Amino acid sequence: MTVSATRTMPVPQGLVIAPQLPDLLLPVKVRRGIFGFLRNHPTVAVGGALLLLLVLIGVFAPYLGTVDPTALAPAKRTRAPSADFWFGTDVLGRDIYSRVLYGARVSLTVGLSVALFASLAGLAIGLVSGFVRSADSILMRFMDGLMSIPPILLAIALMALTRGSVGNVILAITIAEIPRVSRLVRGVVLSLREQPYVDAAVASGTRTPMIILRHILPNTLPPMLVQATYVCASAMIVESILSFIGAGTPPTIPSWGNIMAEGRALWQVKPYIVFFPAAFLSVTVLAVNLLGDGLRDAIDPRMAKGL
Amino acid sequence: MVSYILRRILSTLPVMAIVALFVFSLLYIAPGDPAVVIAGDQASPADVERIRQSLGLDRPFLVQFGTWVWHILHGDLGTSIFTSLPVSALIAQRIEPTLSLMVITLILTILIAVPLGVVAAWKAGSWVDRTIMGFAVFGFSVPVFVVGYVLAYVFALELEWLPVQGYTPLAQGFWPWLQNLILPAVALGCVYIALIARITRASMLEVLQQDYIRTARAKGLGQRSILFIHALKNAAVPIVTVIGIGVALLIGGAVVTESVFAIPGLGRLTIDAILRRDYPVIQGIVLLFSFTYVLVNLMVDVTYTLVDPRIRY
Repeated sequence: MTVSATRTMPVPQGLVIAPQLPDLLLPVKVRRGIFGFLRNHPTVAVGGALLLLLVLIGVFAPYLGTVDPTALAPAKRTRAPSADFWFGTDVLGRDIYSRVLYGARVSLTVGLSVALFASLAGLAIGLVSGFVRSADSILMRFMDGLMSIPPILLAIALMALTRGSVGNVILAITIAEIPRVSRLVRGVVLSLREQPYVDAAVASGTRTPMIILRHILPNTLPPMLVQATYVCASAMIVESILSFIGAGTPPTIPSWGNIMAEGRALWQVKPYIVFFPAAFLSVTVLAVNLLGDGLRDAIDPRMAKGL
Repeated sequence: MVSYILRRILSTLPVMAIVALFVFSLLYIAPGDPAVVIAGDQASPADVERIRQSLGLDRPFLVQFGTWVWHILHGDLGTSIFTSLPVSALIAQRIEPTLSLMVITLILTILIAVPLGVVAAWKAGSWVDRTIMGFAVFGFSVPVFVVGYVLAYVFALELEWLPVQGYTPLAQGFWPWLQNLILPAVALGCVYIALIARITRASMLEVLQQDYIRTARAKGLGQRSILFIHALKNAAVPIVTVIGIGVALLIGGAVVTESVFAIPGLGRLTIDAILRRDYPVIQGIVLLFSFTYVLVNLMVDVTYTLVDPRIRY
């Protein structure tokens, strides 16, 4: 800007102007607003759009040509996909299309709730252990212990204690995911505490709660948001695994894992029973992962090259 | 180095203690009274009380925990409520298939993922790189049992190249054993391959920018020797770490993979135990897997000192 401004000024005689420098740093076109952001980060747009579509499918499942997903029709058992039964029917004659659409509700509820609760709990634990030295070693040893139990196994063990219900599934997976989130938050908090602006805040007498609220918390949110999407994806997979092995959502509620579990015995002859919920589950997890990858690249462009 | 390794081994003790405490609490708070279950339907309250005392269930939590740990240290993981067999015997019966599956998956993953990651880093930004990384995102998103069913459908049912399901013990020959494990291993390895390919690429990208790589190029070393000898060796630490951490994925995924491919391993034992609420078995399996995981990561940390002599804690 300043260079071009000087160029237009009248040049005194006898003065030689340096040759114009090549444009090494082309200005990056900054697109503003939410749509500009989406155009700059197509992965976020694609992932977000897919996820939105699936949320809409879950919310409006009753109006999308579905029938009662639990209605039994023994006369119409294991029909192949057709105009009447778009995705076919299962061993009890239930319409798989309806079951898959309603199943979106369970997956999305579990994924989003776990992401929310694990983030909140992880944030609290991470902040405490990042600021309270005495609590740090105890909390982190405990988290190390929990982390050394593989998450699916931990969720399975917790589910074995309770009756299968969506609430219990959310609780079990949340507990299994908390250690990773708290570790992340603690790491971010510890590195933020070394920042000059935090030193400045301390020096000017800001009290600790205010420092946390004003300087630490806002800066932990971006990495947390990215982590939350991965937690959400992982939670949806764990939920389907729990339901698939019979330790998750009760069989009365159609969830993708349950539909697959019911189709398991017949998958060699009636592969479509397993196929449709599997495809929906994969697309949903893919959407959330794309959203997470896109957000990570958008928040920290240095990471875009790396992972 | 010896003192580092000793310190590292000692540092796993509190972690293992917390895992043990957690797993013990699981049984302690589990619904249902073991004494009532063991006594059977026709037992009088006095019988139940007697069994409770003989099992030590009337003693305080910490005393019970101590006794339990003492038994575990002597290889006694308790008795299955459902089969009345010792948990350690049940686990011993089922461990071979699971161990085989995990070892094959681990080998397969490293053989596939590391070269993929190296090539992606070498051709960074090209269509090769983007394809590999695209597959990695895909690998993260498709659950293990979905991959399992697709593979089994294509390669076993349609093409009939490999057996659909089941397991043949290694004692009956190497090929029959391997044949049954290829599809489950690929299915189980999918996420793991994605994870390791990503971290290999990231770590390699960083190393490839170093001066010594430029030096190696300048003195005319071949591309292959630069990539696989000079660069990969220096990029190894994060890769080895993630291989260790990823074992958790393997353990969790094995439970499901075994159920898809009808492999009679620990995963099946877990599922059966859950359906029957056989808490001592669940406890034993969680404990075994967690300790394996801790030990694997201990070994990984010790390997660092061999891979990279600069690392000292």
